[in-house]
Amino acid sequence: MISKLVWENVKHRPLRTFLSALLIAIPVTLVLTLAGLSKGMMEDATKRYRGVGADIVIRPKGSSFLSLGSAPIDERVVGVIRRQPHVALATGIVIQSLADVFSSAAGIDVNEFDQMSGGLEFVAGDLFKSPDEVVIDEYYSHEKKLHAGDPIELLNRKWRVSGVFKAGKLNRVFMDRRHLQELTSNTGKVNLIYVKVDEARNIGQTVAGLKKLLEGYQIYSMDEFTALFSSNNIPALTKFTRVMIGISIFIGFAVVCLSMYMAVLQRTREIGILKSLGASRWYVISIILREAVLLALVGTVLGIGMSYAAKWLLQTLVPASFPPAVDPAWWPAAAAIALLGAVLGALYPGLRAARMDPIEALSYE
Amino acid sequence: MSESPIIRIEKLRKVYRVGKVDVEALRGVDLEVGSGEFLSIVGPSGSGKSTLFHVVGGLTPATSGTVQVGGRDLGGMTDAERTQLRKTVVAFVFQKYNLLPTLTAADNIAIARDIAGRDSLPDPGFEKVLELLGIAQRLHHKPSELSGGEQQRVAIARAVVNHPAILLADEPTGNLDSANSEIVLSLLRNLNETLGQTILMITHNPEAAAYGHRIVHMRDGRMEP
Repeated sequence: MISKLVWENVKHRPLRTFLSALLIAIPVTLVLTLAGLSKGMMEDATKRYRGVGADIVIRPKGSSFLSLGSAPIDERVVGVIRRQPHVALATGIVIQSLADVFSSAAGIDVNEFDQMSGGLEFVAGDLFKSPDEVVIDEYYSHEKKLHAGDPIELLNRKWRVSGVFKAGKLNRVFMDRRHLQELTSNTGKVNLIYVKVDEARNIGQTVAGLKKLLEGYQIYSMDEFTALFSSNNIPALTKFTRVMIGISIFIGFAVVCLSMYMAVLQRTREIGILKSLGASRWYVISIILREAVLLALVGTVLGIGMSYAAKWLLQTLVPASFPPAVDPAWWPAAAAIALLGAVLGALYPGLRAARMDPIEALSYE
Repeated sequence: MSESPIIRIEKLRKVYRVGKVDVEALRGVDLEVGSGEFLSIVGPSGSGKSTLFHVVGGLTPATSGTVQVGGRDLGGMTDAERTQLRKTVVAFVFQKYNLLPTLTAADNIAIARDIAGRDSLPDPGFEKVLELLGIAQRLHHKPSELSGGEQQRVAIARAVVNHPAILLADEPTGNLDSANSEIVLSLLRNLNETLGQTILMITHNPEAAAYGHRIVHMRDGRMEP
């Protein structure tokens, strides 16, 4: 019967119910979008690294899986690696950050990269043929509104987009390695080496051999490397997510506290009626709590819906910078965040309602 | 009507604190009400009639004196015990009906049972009471869709659904026209006669008071001789 009363109450004031649920939904959306964005970016990065077709990744000394550090690798090391047992292919790549922190350009030797990855698949135009040409992937093309043949400014220079390729191969922008090395005063240097071994069963042995040979370098099998792409391995992201969760709980608390406080004031007389019928304090509190829980659940559902809308928005506007995903594993957490905020927010109005003097409440106009 | 008193009140005083001023609403009330009696309480505004109901109904404690309802002494009862009293022993009917506006008539009745810890379906015999009250066909309407007379009849149904020993009706016809007043008063008398329901009714109206077995007068917080 309490549930029916709660349901009728929330139906009785649809605008208040909708606005309260919407305000609860906003932080739910933020948390889900953040989680989805982390997942999307990690999945995208994993897919692109695997798209290289390599079995082993070698990164500079002092680098982490997130940053390449400042010490590049001498290009001659690639030649040494090629001579190691079981190494079928090795290619050095230069990664250069662009002005936009979310994107970078990769300098490749086209022949070596094609052998390893199977080549870029073009949806428009073709591979760069001159040093002032670049190729971009379809997401970068969509986000920056660039097409094959368009001019583009990168690294403070004018370039021409010679082709647009299907995404999923290491990077979104490729250019000639030699040219990029010269432009960045890194002639003879690379900052990533990809290695393909003759047979998959030799990967472990080859990694061990390379670790002995190249002491201090970060050497991973591709499986080990892509396993690092988890938001748990990015401390700043984990902290940011926690802060967002805290803010979300607080917003949920504030919204529900205000909304239920108003509801209790508006329903003073009704609370008096319930008390005159013999309703205990707990009966009255449970009405307020259940209404808050209902608002939180509606807010969660709305928030989940809005996270899909946010995903669509990100995918439409900035697919290259923020490849989003929806992570249903976060739905229970989002519901828990909304519920915790709502229950905390409903406690004070609930206690206030429960402590009302029935005679004063009944005389309330 | 049985002669054994279901309500026994002796030297009842009730003092309210309004701001910094003490207001003595009841100044030594003595009253006995027999089980099954229909008692009308008449008096001008401010005579303490409603306060007497609030004390007898357990909505507020007495300042001093003795109040026994159904053999239970209300003096020293905790808030929770008085809440329990309202669930099972006494029930109110108010001048302004006091139905929950978001619930249908049926649900307004059902919630009284829910509060009392019973299932929401009334006892089989309750259909007879609903027929007596003439609201059996109006149960699925919300209060805003009912006339004043119908709302008050729903309020009476809600009050008696848990078979309380005592029904406290505070100006039950105060908001009704004369036709509806007559219907409600006849119903109260019917309930009293048919079910043996003890009823205490506050009224300003001498004609309404005449529906009771006995009329007592209050003035300035006391019973008039």
